[in-house]
Amino acid sequence: MRLTELAKGVAAIVDHVADQHTADAVAARLRDLGFVHGEPVRIVATAPWGGDPIVVQIGSTRFALRRAEAQRVNLQTAHGVAA
Amino acid sequence: MSGAALNIALVGNPNCGKTALFNQLTGARQKVANYAGVTVERKSGSFTAPSGRTVRVVDLPGAYSLKSVSPDERVTQAVLQGSYPGEAVPDLIVCVADATNLRLHLRFVLEVRRIGRPMVLALNMMDAAARRGIRIDVQALSQRLGMPVIETIAVRRGGAAALVGAIDTAEPAALGVSTVPADLHAEVRSILADTVVMPAPTDRRDDAIDRVALHPVLGVLLLALTMFLVFQAVYALGKPMTDAIADGFGALGGVVGEWLPEGPLRGLVTDGLLAGLGTVLGFLPQILVLFFFILLLEESGYLPRAAFVLDKLMVSVGLSGRSFIPLLSSFACAIPGIMGTRSITDPRDRLATILVAPLMTCSARLPVYALLIGAFIPHRAVLGVFNLQGLALFCLYVAGIAAAMFVAWVAKRIGRSRQERALLMELPSYRLPHWRDIALGLWERGAIFLKRLTGVMLALTVLMWAICTFPGAPADATRAAIDYSFAGMIGHTLQYVFAPLGFNWQISLSLIPAFAARETAVATLATVYAVGGEEGAALQSALAAHISLASALSLMVWFAFAPQCMSTLAIIRRETQSWRMVALSFGYMFVLAYAASFLTYRIAGWLA
Repeated sequence: MRLTELAKGVAAIVDHVADQHTADAVAARLRDLGFVHGEPVRIVATAPWGGDPIVVQIGSTRFALRRAEAQRVNLQTAHGVAA
Repeated sequence: MSGAALNIALVGNPNCGKTALFNQLTGARQKVANYAGVTVERKSGSFTAPSGRTVRVVDLPGAYSLKSVSPDERVTQAVLQGSYPGEAVPDLIVCVADATNLRLHLRFVLEVRRIGRPMVLALNMMDAAARRGIRIDVQALSQRLGMPVIETIAVRRGGAAALVGAIDTAEPAALGVSTVPADLHAEVRSILADTVVMPAPTDRRDDAIDRVALHPVLGVLLLALTMFLVFQAVYALGKPMTDAIADGFGALGGVVGEWLPEGPLRGLVTDGLLAGLGTVLGFLPQILVLFFFILLLEESGYLPRAAFVLDKLMVSVGLSGRSFIPLLSSFACAIPGIMGTRSITDPRDRLATILVAPLMTCSARLPVYALLIGAFIPHRAVLGVFNLQGLALFCLYVAGIAAAMFVAWVAKRIGRSRQERALLMELPSYRLPHWRDIALGLWERGAIFLKRLTGVMLALTVLMWAICTFPGAPADATRAAIDYSFAGMIGHTLQYVFAPLGFNWQISLSLIPAFAARETAVATLATVYAVGGEEGAALQSALAAHISLASALSLMVWFAFAPQCMSTLAIIRRETQSWRMVALSFGYMFVLAYAASFLTYRIAGWLA
């Protein structure tokens, strides 16, 4: 499952960030910011006018991401979706 | 070691409180410049440590990572490694981390640690950490990181005393290069598990505020209300100060006028210098009040939320949520606004924002608007609650915003870039702003004006006065003296260009100094209509007698869109390193202003 498919307020765990092309700077930046395997993640808010961008809680930080960026973040499915 | 000056570099993630710490350390002894060859801000300062040794501090740009592509991060990395040309190699790196956000910030600390230079960690915002029940075993953390760890509270008096002590007694030693493991995230988790107890990953206060501030409906309402209150405050607080300054200079002109002998010198000092200074200083309060509120919102952590709420709307017209903050600053003045676009990471978004920033109604336009609205728009109630004059001013603001949206949209259509434009913006914890950070920020931005004022403005005022006065009228003059002056000749020539917009030669002439600084148009009109000293009611009645309503409306529209001022174009050149952008800005604004004024003049003339 991808981060963009996660419902607002539901806790999940990051699996990995996928590169969309070679030398994907956005993906590298996401990994630097803590979007790495095993990290808890949650969507805190979605913007007015169509729910793009979204605000994501990762670690103890909040980031605003556009859906095109959040698309790269893959979530763990096995034990990820808990309340 | 003691005796010699010590160079230290402050480095850390964005939002770690680094700049507040820098302000605490150096106070007002700061210098803001650029790094050689790039538009990256270089902040430096110094303080004297208790031992008497001078400590030079450079506040490096905030960075999430050292391997990255942004110019900021390249500068940070090069300075830390001591490879930036012309920059001193730091004797000691002070890495600043937010104690409430160590999961993110420690990764960067480890990355800097890898460089192997002498280093201490300043664990900042310890007050917020204590409030949230976060417990940090500082001793153990210091052991794991292999560097001294010092607790700081940048926003509290004396909150950096321990850091100053540590810097003062430092005998910097290199840390050895290869002790940091490859997987930084795994190392951070391991360090956190051993040294930090964190009851909850988020602050309950942040959660509560964000439930409103980021809400799809309430968030928009909150933003609208905030903006409304800010602009109300700008007028409510700024106007009395502006009036007081104008009165003060008027009185000063009277006193000086009596003291100086009758003649050209008296005219120069009272009509030229003092009247000009009064006009310019007059709108400084409004600029400062607006910047005060912007800084307040910035320091509190709200502005990135506003950028988030507006992102979709801004993207749809070809900008980015990040454009919001620079455009808001442009309502005070486009210069700091354009400089503020450095925070826009995407180069295309940044150029689009720079292109439209001068369309925001800056405060330099207000004296011109106030003069024309006062002279031509009747003071009459509309629909019971609104005032026709206020409504006219509001329309001019809206015209600027609408034009900016239109221009950005066109630029987006023309621009062929298919590259993805990322937002990726941190929403920091809310915090109470500290007066010192607000005051220093206000001083920094206010100083931009004072510099502009002392140079360009004064020279221009004197020049305008001179070309209006010389050469004098011949003895057998049949027309007003000014018709024979250089100003009269230039004005009459320019009128060929501007007559289709309904401008007479006096107005055409006033557009020249207005190009240097808009607000001087008022002083110029006062000079050419020879109403002298104060430009209040006398100038308004002179204008009402000489030009038609259609011309006045056309002139207001001209000022809303015209390519002004010179300083703005200079800053566009500096920030984009491109004359093409300057030509583009000037060109599109001239065409826009000319077309809009032409239409206004024709339509108003036809309706009248």
